Amino acid sequence: MPRKLPEYNASSLADIAFMLLIFFLVTTTMDVDSGLERRLPQWVAPEDIEDTPPIKERNIFVVLVDRNNRLMVEGELCRVEDLKDKTKEFLTNPLNLPDLPEKNLEEVPYFGPYEVLTGSAVISLRNDIGTTYGTYIKVQNELIAAINELRESISQDKFGKPFAKLDDERQDAVKEIYPQKISEAEPKKVGGK
Amino acid sequence: MSKFRKDDGKETPAISTSALPDIVFMLLFFFMVTTTMRETDPLVKVKVPEATEISKLEKKSLVSYINVGPPMPMYQAQLGNEPRIQLNDQFAKVSDIGDYVEAERQAREEQERGQIVTSLKVDEYTKMGIVTEIKQELRKAAALHINYSARKATKRN
Repeated sequence: MPRKLPEYNASSLADIAFMLLIFFLVTTTMDVDSGLERRLPQWVAPEDIEDTPPIKERNIFVVLVDRNNRLMVEGELCRVEDLKDKTKEFLTNPLNLPDLPEKNLEEVPYFGPYEVLTGSAVISLRNDIGTTYGTYIKVQNELIAAINELRESISQDKFGKPFAKLDDERQDAVKEIYPQKISEAEPKKVGGK
Repeated sequence: MSKFRKDDGKETPAISTSALPDIVFMLLFFFMVTTTMRETDPLVKVKVPEATEISKLEKKSLVSYINVGPPMPMYQAQLGNEPRIQLNDQFAKVSDIGDYVEAERQAREEQERGQIVTSLKVDEYTKMGIVTEIKQELRKAAALHINYSARKATKRN
């Protein structure tokens, strides 16, 4: 008759496991990286750059940032706080002012004929090489915020849903009305030495 | 002589704790699997700027990082405190970025190569000069999908 093995005491197994558990709990970082998503334009060799047809002054929204992190919008000094409203004004041109961009009546899916900014309307962002990155991101953030808010508001008006909850086709329709067109020029020295 | 006897001295049995290790092990395995140890030591000090319109980087395996900032205090004696670029775990020059992007691409599966996102972790006080140079290099290397790393800002209004 085989001798019965003595059952061994497993009560400290829990302690060991706990110790390991606590180690992993402490070392785990679950932070997700987040940030402003952008797409860079395709690289074009300098010799291949063709002269683009000039864009009408009224269709460009010029944002300049100088080395002292001051902001100039459409030729006027501006605070970062006001940038969003100015951008929205440019993108909607609610009063059809002659110095804000032209609008064309275009067929947009789901919206029918809709007054859309002309395709050449663009936000032009140019910064100095001495601009600090923090300011640059602040400005980018305001520009994107303006576009996002406009998208959000027509999405709520038309579909009664936030933009993020729309399906892809509807999102594309909204994007057609408010495209994210931010052109970044090569930095050059702006203002002062 | 009563019909209903009191429980004479019968103690409540101790709760069996033999299943406790199993539970703890389950938790342990969960954390072991989800833990990602930091692969690279930071050589540069980066405090990313704040922003409100941020989106999350979904797939971590598709992200390659470029850190830019002033060197950590222990390297400042040799390198000064001008912002430097860190790729993987060494300091790099702007011209190294093309090779880095290519190496990152080679490290991914074939079908995932088109979806690589380059996350720029740049210190707030860096000047735009170096950032623009990096962007030009990324354009040359056709790594066009980028993400300016930023913290969620607390609402202003």
